[in-house]
Amino acid sequence: MTDWPLLSIMTFLPTAGALLIIASRWSAAGSSAGYDAGVKVLTLIVTLLTFGLNLFMLAGFDSSGGFQFVERIAWGAPLGLGLAEYHMGLDPMAMALVLLTNFLMPLCILASWSIDKQVSAYMVLFLLLQTLMQGVFAAMDIVLFYVFFEGGLIPMFILIGVWGGKNRIYAAFKFFLYTLLGSVLMLVALIAMVLLAGSSSIPDITAFAQAGGFSSQLQLWLWLAFFASFAVKMPMWPVHTWLPDAHVEAPTGGSVILAGVLLKMGGYGFLRFSLPMFPDASVFFAPLVFALSVVAIVYASLVAFRQTDMKKLIAYSSVAHMGFVTMGIFAGTELGVQGAIFQMLSHGVIAGALFMVVGVIYDRMHTREIAFYGGLVHRMPVYAAIFLLFTMGNVGLPGTSGFVGEIMTMTGTFLVSPWIAAGAAIGVILSAVYALTLYRKVTFGTLDNPKLADIKDLDAREWAMFAPLVIATLVLGIVPMIALDFTRASAQAILSGYDIFAALR
Amino acid sequence: MNAALLASYAADLDLLRPELVLVGFALIGVLHGAWIGDRGAGFVSFLGAAALIAAGVFALQAPADLARPALNGAIVLDPYGAFAKAVIAFTAAAALMLSAEFFARTKGEARFEFPLLIVLSVLGMFVMVSANDLITLYVGLELQSLAAYVLAAFRRDDARSSEAGLKYFVLGALSSGLLLYGASLVYGFSGSVRFDQIALAAATGGVGLVFGLVFMIAGLAFKLSAAPFHMWTPDVYEGSPTPVTAFFATAPKLAVVALFARVLYGPFAGMQDDWQSVLIVLSGITLLVGAFIALAQTNLKRLMAYSSIHNVGFALMALAVGGAAGAGAALVYMTIYLPTTLGVFAVIMALRRDGKELETVDDLAGLAGRRPWLAALLTALLFSLAGIPPLAGFFGKYVAFSAALQAGLYPIAIIAALATVISAAYYLMILSKVWFGQPGKPMPAPGPVVALTAGAATLMTFPALVLAFGALATAAAAAAAASF
Repeated sequence: MTDWPLLSIMTFLPTAGALLIIASRWSAAGSSAGYDAGVKVLTLIVTLLTFGLNLFMLAGFDSSGGFQFVERIAWGAPLGLGLAEYHMGLDPMAMALVLLTNFLMPLCILASWSIDKQVSAYMVLFLLLQTLMQGVFAAMDIVLFYVFFEGGLIPMFILIGVWGGKNRIYAAFKFFLYTLLGSVLMLVALIAMVLLAGSSSIPDITAFAQAGGFSSQLQLWLWLAFFASFAVKMPMWPVHTWLPDAHVEAPTGGSVILAGVLLKMGGYGFLRFSLPMFPDASVFFAPLVFALSVVAIVYASLVAFRQTDMKKLIAYSSVAHMGFVTMGIFAGTELGVQGAIFQMLSHGVIAGALFMVVGVIYDRMHTREIAFYGGLVHRMPVYAAIFLLFTMGNVGLPGTSGFVGEIMTMTGTFLVSPWIAAGAAIGVILSAVYALTLYRKVTFGTLDNPKLADIKDLDAREWAMFAPLVIATLVLGIVPMIALDFTRASAQAILSGYDIFAALR
Repeated sequence: MNAALLASYAADLDLLRPELVLVGFALIGVLHGAWIGDRGAGFVSFLGAAALIAAGVFALQAPADLARPALNGAIVLDPYGAFAKAVIAFTAAAALMLSAEFFARTKGEARFEFPLLIVLSVLGMFVMVSANDLITLYVGLELQSLAAYVLAAFRRDDARSSEAGLKYFVLGALSSGLLLYGASLVYGFSGSVRFDQIALAAATGGVGLVFGLVFMIAGLAFKLSAAPFHMWTPDVYEGSPTPVTAFFATAPKLAVVALFARVLYGPFAGMQDDWQSVLIVLSGITLLVGAFIALAQTNLKRLMAYSSIHNVGFALMALAVGGAAGAGAALVYMTIYLPTTLGVFAVIMALRRDGKELETVDDLAGLAGRRPWLAALLTALLFSLAGIPPLAGFFGKYVAFSAALQAGLYPIAIIAALATVISAAYYLMILSKVWFGQPGKPMPAPGPVVALTAGAATLMTFPALVLAFGALATAAAAAAAASF
């Protein structure tokens, strides 16, 4: 079994599923309710199979090692530039993020069960997106990375634009153009790097960079170009404005993927490229990143508090939580980097879950206005309990995974800059303010709105969709070491040759 | 004429099979038309496409190590020309089949002259890409252009088509004048029309040669519709019958790019410092004009005109690099651009409502609901044009960027990157209508050729063919390396 290209099979299994749906659409005369249900079931099976394969690979994975399941196929080196190879592999950090992706996908499909418009196209796009997301984390070739990174824009653009809310077209454009603008600058920079290093393999370029291949001056430019892309993707203040629009307008499944996986690509990029490849520039710009992170944490929390739309509130809270990630990464300490990776995983689960929580009542009432709701606990006790758990996770209550990520990134930063950590701590308080306010307004109080009188509690599908997320939040919160031990080797590899204390002294 | 020269001509004829096939078809087609008339137009079109494909295959069959002047130095035969000829011929064959189906729909529009003009125009392009002296260059360019003027005005009863033809002709004549003036200066200051002789003179430079070169670049830039010589393009594209526009937007562009490489890297290789800055400026303006002005367009064909201007900017950026790297990158870029654009036009032709073509971007509203397959094809094609991976267009842009950065042309690479984002906005504009708009009245199913071409072109943009792209790029680069 070991000589099978398992990684490629896993990555392209969803694509195969998408092709199957396309083929069935070709033969089917038109879409009927039965056909649509069949497509949904098929998509669910494909995503579950992918997740199962992922677990199987996890069983044979050595978390103390470097890149594993490596596949490398050269396909021509035109113009003597060594153009992209098909070069894939997983190190522990990438494995963790791929696992997060594949874990969230079946849940997204479950959350999308209420879609009734152009179902087959929706599912095809989701499956293609899954391939692209896995590819981003699994690519060991910088050009291949870009291909996957950028390719994800196409399905997201259509997903937001077709199945989104009222202002969806504006949101789709904003999402696409914002991220593309950041990415093309990165493209120019990465081509320059490939030409200088004479290879497009990420380990080779990293080795070249750590041997001093990029001068300090050049590093600054390259760092800025990569920053343009990852900061938008992250998103960092002040280039975060696409996120609330995209989130609010995207269908529930799209929001979950956006918050759960796509935002992680920015953090992954910083860890994979910025830190190891441009260490001098990373130290130089660290204060800038710190400042932007703290502004993001505090400012986004305050803005979140004033939102009247539930999804928008959670979107701003995502911006704040991603601030912890950037802060932890550029702290450059093992604690900070480990915390950042953990925070990404934790946020993927919790923010994804919160969007599903909103999706549940949106499916029933077709509004996300906070003022519309109130007193849901009387009609939906189970729902209220689950909502509470994820709210606490969002706030960072000990026992949930949210706590671990926040405390680790803050401690890791405190070692480098106590003031920045203190600023971030304000954000923790503010997160309690907005998250608890949201929870109080929606679930507590009296059930005044007559339209809510007949609202139903969770059904079996929704139980199935929340159960894994509840377990993940609690497990990661109570025994965080399973994740932290897993990613330690990656964090140490990233930080080898990167000594921020020496630089700051 | 002495016997040795005759013998060398006879030996060269064997290598001129691509051209001879086209000439042969033109002669037979004229006779057939004179005898049978327009009733046989469909057959002549079919024959013309067959001749074009045969010419393309013959071009590919040329020996890989062949790189020598022929016909007493009037033309040069090398892998670069052969590769370009093959791509031109295949694209033109597809455009011709599209036109045959297009004109057959309206009674009395199918004329036997049409395939002849296309083939003669392609013959002109063949001469252009293998030009080895100023006379051949001009003859090839004029043969291509004169056929194109007639094609633009092919719908005689349609005011817009006639206007397009006239405009194209008048402005084309002006640019030919510029080119001739430049060529005469070059001849005057170098003492020869032959490229190898001019190269000797260019090695020492001189103001006269620079003047001549700049005029020649201006003339060629006009044919390439590079800004600021692009003004004719939107009008001609809008007025010409759609299959003719599809033809204009594809094959001639590659021919002119190849001719650019011939002129700049051959006789004027020694003056790279002089022409490189001209090309960089030209490329920058072209990229930005093609990106910004397109944003304001509502007519589909005008929008595609600006799209083609924008894409030509990328080819110019690659050309500015110089040498085999530049020639190879430009060739790869255009080879990917050609089928993609042809596919977009095939989709535009496939869309009809109430017996009329769709004209504006708004007419596309709700296409995804009405014709999901065509919408999917158009989506892939436009994202490819926008250069979004994993579609083929991205690899074209990658190669162009790579070449520019390798040569240290950082400012133009960054301008190109930013222009790409702006151009993405108008491709998205079309797609947002297609996917997010409210479906209008139903549309009839497209004809088989149109559907086939659109489908085939789309397939070429797909990642499975990224592997094939590797082979293609290698072939193009090898061709360029063997030729420059």
